[in-house]
Amino acid sequence: MAKSLLFPEFKIVRDDSRCIRCQVCVRQCAHDVHSWDGESDEILSDEVRCVGCQRCVTLCPTQAIDVVRREPGFRANANWSTNHLRNLYKQAETGGVILTGMGCDLPYRIYWDHLVLNASQVTNPSIDPLREPIELRTFLGRKEECLNVDWNGDLPVLRTVLAPQLELKVPVLFSAMSYGSISYNAFRSLVEAAEEAGTFCNSGEGGLHPDFYSWGKNIIVQVASGRFGVHPEYLRVAAAIEIKIGQGAKPGIGGHLPGEKVTAEISRTRRIPVGSDAISPAPHHDIYSIEDLQRLIFALKEATGYTKPILVKIAAVHNVAAIASGCVRAGADVVAIDGIRGGTGAAPQVIRDNVGIPIELALAQVDERLRQEGIRHRASVVVAGGIRSSADVIKAIALGADAVYIGTAALVALGCHLCQKCYTGKCNWGIATQDPYLTKRLNPKVGKRRLVNLLRAWAMEIKEMLGGMGINAIESLRGNREHLRAVGLTQEEMRLLGVKPAGEGW
Amino acid sequence: MKVLHCRGKHYRDVNALVEEWWKGGCRHIVLEEVCGHRYLGRALEGEGRIDIKGIPGDDLGMFLNGPSLWVFGNAQDGVGNTMNQGKIVVQGDARDILGLSMRGGKIWVRGNVGYRVGIHMKSYEDEHPVIVIGGETGDFLGEYMAGGFIVVLGLWTPKGKSPVGHFVASGMHGGKIFIRGAVAPSQVGAGIGLDIPTEEEFRELEKYLEEFATDLAIPLPLFGRQDFIKIFPRTTRPYGRLYAY
Repeated sequence: MAKSLLFPEFKIVRDDSRCIRCQVCVRQCAHDVHSWDGESDEILSDEVRCVGCQRCVTLCPTQAIDVVRREPGFRANANWSTNHLRNLYKQAETGGVILTGMGCDLPYRIYWDHLVLNASQVTNPSIDPLREPIELRTFLGRKEECLNVDWNGDLPVLRTVLAPQLELKVPVLFSAMSYGSISYNAFRSLVEAAEEAGTFCNSGEGGLHPDFYSWGKNIIVQVASGRFGVHPEYLRVAAAIEIKIGQGAKPGIGGHLPGEKVTAEISRTRRIPVGSDAISPAPHHDIYSIEDLQRLIFALKEATGYTKPILVKIAAVHNVAAIASGCVRAGADVVAIDGIRGGTGAAPQVIRDNVGIPIELALAQVDERLRQEGIRHRASVVVAGGIRSSADVIKAIALGADAVYIGTAALVALGCHLCQKCYTGKCNWGIATQDPYLTKRLNPKVGKRRLVNLLRAWAMEIKEMLGGMGINAIESLRGNREHLRAVGLTQEEMRLLGVKPAGEGW
Repeated sequence: MKVLHCRGKHYRDVNALVEEWWKGGCRHIVLEEVCGHRYLGRALEGEGRIDIKGIPGDDLGMFLNGPSLWVFGNAQDGVGNTMNQGKIVVQGDARDILGLSMRGGKIWVRGNVGYRVGIHMKSYEDEHPVIVIGGETGDFLGEYMAGGFIVVLGLWTPKGKSPVGHFVASGMHGGKIFIRGAVAPSQVGAGIGLDIPTEEEFRELEKYLEEFATDLAIPLPLFGRQDFIKIFPRTTRPYGRLYAY
């Protein structure tokens, strides 16, 4: 075969005076970058294989290795980026669709970074969260239009039957990541952290391993177009059920878990043979309309005796507001919207980077539309797709969200370094892999602790920001866009977001 | 045995009552005057029988996990949607997406069915779903099929005409489809093989056909192995060569 024209993306700089030949780097790299030559007692590196995951750099006991981005010496060209060239060479050599992992990394405008929050000064007192309680508890589900009360003598008795709710101690949930795309240990970390932090994680579309049934009260299970592992018990153990219509990283297309990742345990969870491709078709073939969506929503409500909220997850696309309205009218208790920066374990790069819209604009438009139509109370709104910090969370809530889903942020807490190679199944951090040699690198007890720490830290920061605004309950901020101001946005963008420019008062 | 007259009742009330009776130990329920009631038999578990007289609505036997549903009439869309175990017997016709993502159990339909029947059926170890259609099917039969058996008999199809539509088995990567009568290669998707059943497959087929004929009380002609065309996937990895890693 002719020599590949692919050039290395990273450069491995090894300080030989520091290297003690311990071969940690050799053992740690699942991409086989490093090797030890016993005769010359040298560590060699094959840079073409390096994905820049920084595992060897992090674990090298003498800090002898540096992995840096390598700028190929092509003539500078603003049109033909190195990424374009790389993909062209790769496609010329393979004839295949370029795969990638994690969320879109292109510099589309990140609106969170153009929104600033308000704080109290003089005319209304701010609140110190260390001295006064601030409520972050959030209930997801349909809220009643009115409450009917009977009187038992002087005592009021609620006559209205309330719709089922998910109770969150912090308005942050872990987004759908299936066992299959992530490892057993990564999934276990998320499940245990959700329980301790008083929130929920999401099974993703690959079914639920029986080991996790006992954590069902903190798990939202997914029903996607592949219907993997969807059976009465799966629905029964869950706290809520999410119908996955779309995903921000790949709106409009399905998913293919390659056969090599379908191990014995994965096949048991998904109920398909070992080694067979696990294919999620692009649409649900029983859903070609809002009326059909209603049929599936009510099938799930019927199957669970109307005791669990039903979420519908859609990708943020051009007409998202009208689609979300349809989902609510079809009976969704929660609408989850995933923006263009939403992550994935595997998606065609061309789809991930070019399809969908930023979540900030989608959220503002959905909240606005549901309010205009008078149906905002009929469903909660959860947003996903590039939530990086507590500031993004609080801005999302001020724009109209009830809560947020985090996927990438949670994986980073578990050790992910965003090398975007999840689809190779060779995650050196033990997260996006099923290789037992790699998965044992992630200790679920440690993983759980790191996730719980993250949510604890975010909760404290959110309380600080809320207190600063003089607000003592997160629900008072929801959709309260007066607490947001825009910096450096166009008139049109501010109109779509429903926020005023910084400098303009009430 | 308990009888419920469904006329004028909402499906929600019908299903709730059926579930209550079922859980209370009544394992033979007769639903009379059924007219478009959805989700009948949804997610019921364990052995037992429900007779449905009239026309059940969409998603009959959704998530069904054990019981048998006997329909004395036609059925609508989504029969046996995501069903796990059990049996559904339809005396008349049924419509689209019958057996969608079915993982186990059996569905017999005496007459014709609509589009996308048996789409994305799966199998795993002893979970082996089987669909037998007495009449004809629409397009996209067994699309994305990943496991199980689909049998189309075309009992009333004139000789030489195909009892199935176009795009049969597109994206199929598991399971087998057996069609009695003509199937042109242009009717099936890419990566699909056509053959006659093996002796072993035919013996399994005969077992299902006997059960089908008994349940529906229709005499079947004596079929030979050569009467059937087997449709099977050439690979379990239809997307194995799609991507550049």
